Amino acid sequence: MGILEVKDVGKRFGGLQALSNVNLSVQENSVHAIIGPNGAGKSTLLNCLVGKLIPDTGSVMFDGQSVLGRAPYEINQMGISRVFQTPEIFGDLTVLENMMIPCFAKRDGAFELNALSAVLKQKDILQKAEHMLEEMNMADKRHMHAAAMSRGDKRRLEIGMCLSQEPRLLLLDEPTAGMARADTNNTIDLLKQISEERDITIAIIEHDMHVVFSLANRITVLAQGTPLVEDDPQNIRGNPKVREAYLGESA
Amino acid sequence: MFGLDKKDTSKLIIVACLALLAPFILNPFPTDSALAQFNAGYPDLMQRFVIFGIFAIGFNILFGLTGYLSFGHAAFLGVGSYSAVWMFKLIGMNVIPAIVLSVIVAGLFALLIGFVSLRRSGIYFSILTLAFAQMSFNLAYSVLTPITNGETGLQLTLEDPRILGVSATADGSIPVTNLFGLEMRSTFEMAVGPWAFQFNAGYYLCALIMLAAFYLSIRIFRSPFGMMLRAVKSNQQRMNYTGLNTRPYTLAAFVISGMYAGLAGGLMASMDPLAGAERMQWTASGEVVLMTILGGAGTLIGPVLGAGFIKYFENIFSKINDNVLHTWFSFLPDGMEDAVVFIIHPFIGKGWHLTLGILFMLVVIFLPGGLVEGGQRIKGWLSRRKAKDGGKAAGETNPAE
Repeated sequence: MGILEVKDVGKRFGGLQALSNVNLSVQENSVHAIIGPNGAGKSTLLNCLVGKLIPDTGSVMFDGQSVLGRAPYEINQMGISRVFQTPEIFGDLTVLENMMIPCFAKRDGAFELNALSAVLKQKDILQKAEHMLEEMNMADKRHMHAAAMSRGDKRRLEIGMCLSQEPRLLLLDEPTAGMARADTNNTIDLLKQISEERDITIAIIEHDMHVVFSLANRITVLAQGTPLVEDDPQNIRGNPKVREAYLGESA
Repeated sequence: MFGLDKKDTSKLIIVACLALLAPFILNPFPTDSALAQFNAGYPDLMQRFVIFGIFAIGFNILFGLTGYLSFGHAAFLGVGSYSAVWMFKLIGMNVIPAIVLSVIVAGLFALLIGFVSLRRSGIYFSILTLAFAQMSFNLAYSVLTPITNGETGLQLTLEDPRILGVSATADGSIPVTNLFGLEMRSTFEMAVGPWAFQFNAGYYLCALIMLAAFYLSIRIFRSPFGMMLRAVKSNQQRMNYTGLNTRPYTLAAFVISGMYAGLAGGLMASMDPLAGAERMQWTASGEVVLMTILGGAGTLIGPVLGAGFIKYFENIFSKINDNVLHTWFSFLPDGMEDAVVFIIHPFIGKGWHLTLGILFMLVVIFLPGGLVEGGQRIKGWLSRRKAKDGGKAAGETNPAE
């Protein structure tokens, strides 16, 4: 049993069958990549996992509990954090404040009317946020407005925010899309470090084969809404079906 | 001090000084001088300054922090006023129960309206709140006449029970609002040379409550809850995917700001015990939006400044008429005098809205941060000049943000 079990998931948008019979099992503490050509249904699948979409058929179990029908914030509180294709951060807030918000969410839950105590008096939260900023090498930027940072830094911050919630599963949606090569390599190193040092499972949707093959230890290939094959990276590389559906097409 | 940092404490002290010394500050001109009509230091107007200050401070908690633009806040003000007048009719003329009830009723009403309206955001939210407020206004005007007394407005009468007070005073008139015997209308007049300063009990009660409300809003701004509200404004998507439920946060902000509006309404009725449906009309809701934006939405002190600014214009500019202009410009040759008066005429008296509108446009275009931003720019400019005068190779002085 994996930490995330997707069974027979199907999703239809009008006349388009976006997903059909998707079965996926993500093992605990692995880095599982989901690849596939454009329109294969990768993002739809991801949205079904985090509660943004509800699949028409099938089930999604996280750690033995169904996530279907729950709101995104509830699924997040179960231990699934998501990194978006374009970094989603609190642009109007400072970097430190950005980092404090997930710490509050971890400590106080989905809602807490904490209207009379000062933010600066929350020593435990401040300490945790500062610590995470240092780990992300962003301590010197703590008082910057988050919107003013470079894309690579925003991505780092977003990953840091997700990590400070101590999630059990981290979902990444094309984390290196639109990044320069240097930023891409930094992100790969960061993710590698995270998966080695932490007790965490990573599921990653990616286009860039360089990223996929440097990170993943399990790969699912999606084509036209169904999984084509699921295997180890070295086998995927040589698989003729995959070459035809995906690698061949792009080469 | 009071759990605030240095900067916030100084803001609180500035507002406290302005509020408590208002009878002096607003009365700079001797009573007999030609400029005496620019004096605003009389009780009625000063009360309105601080009451609308409270209204705007509360509105800013919703609009300034979460970015949800409510166009129906006057409904809560009106509900607060009605509740307060009913307390005067049924219980007695002490203002405390009236104010307490008006805050509670407005809070409950805000909970109801907020629960429905906050299902949508952006323009749809604004329209929903506007619809609710207009609905309340029309109900108060017609169907709810037994409670609101319709067009006439709710007033005190000699037949009211007032179980903890008297229905009528010994000389057969309606009793006046008081705070444990201190009459709200009692005014102490201090004559200093040609000046006459008025100290009104009702004003000082309002001012003290306004300071408490301002202090509370600073605490909310600096609290984790306030930070969450700013996060809602910044990125709701990230909020949801960070395990935070935005609905209760926005609803709490909506109810809190509704309670502020109710408090303002209750105070308004405590100063002058009557309530009419026109307090709930959409123009009244629009006014508080103007106040907040003019002063600086999302800043602490902005709404107070905006409220004072607009109320000053409303009361002082609208009182200038052609005769006054003629006396001002009488030094000019006859033809010129008439021409100047003709040009200025549309901007004064009933035309004060035009002046206000132009000022509002100028502020929104050139100072998007409102009067507060204007103040900061002047401060930045002064400190740059100072740095130059100091003969230093003036490094870039950062403009205050």
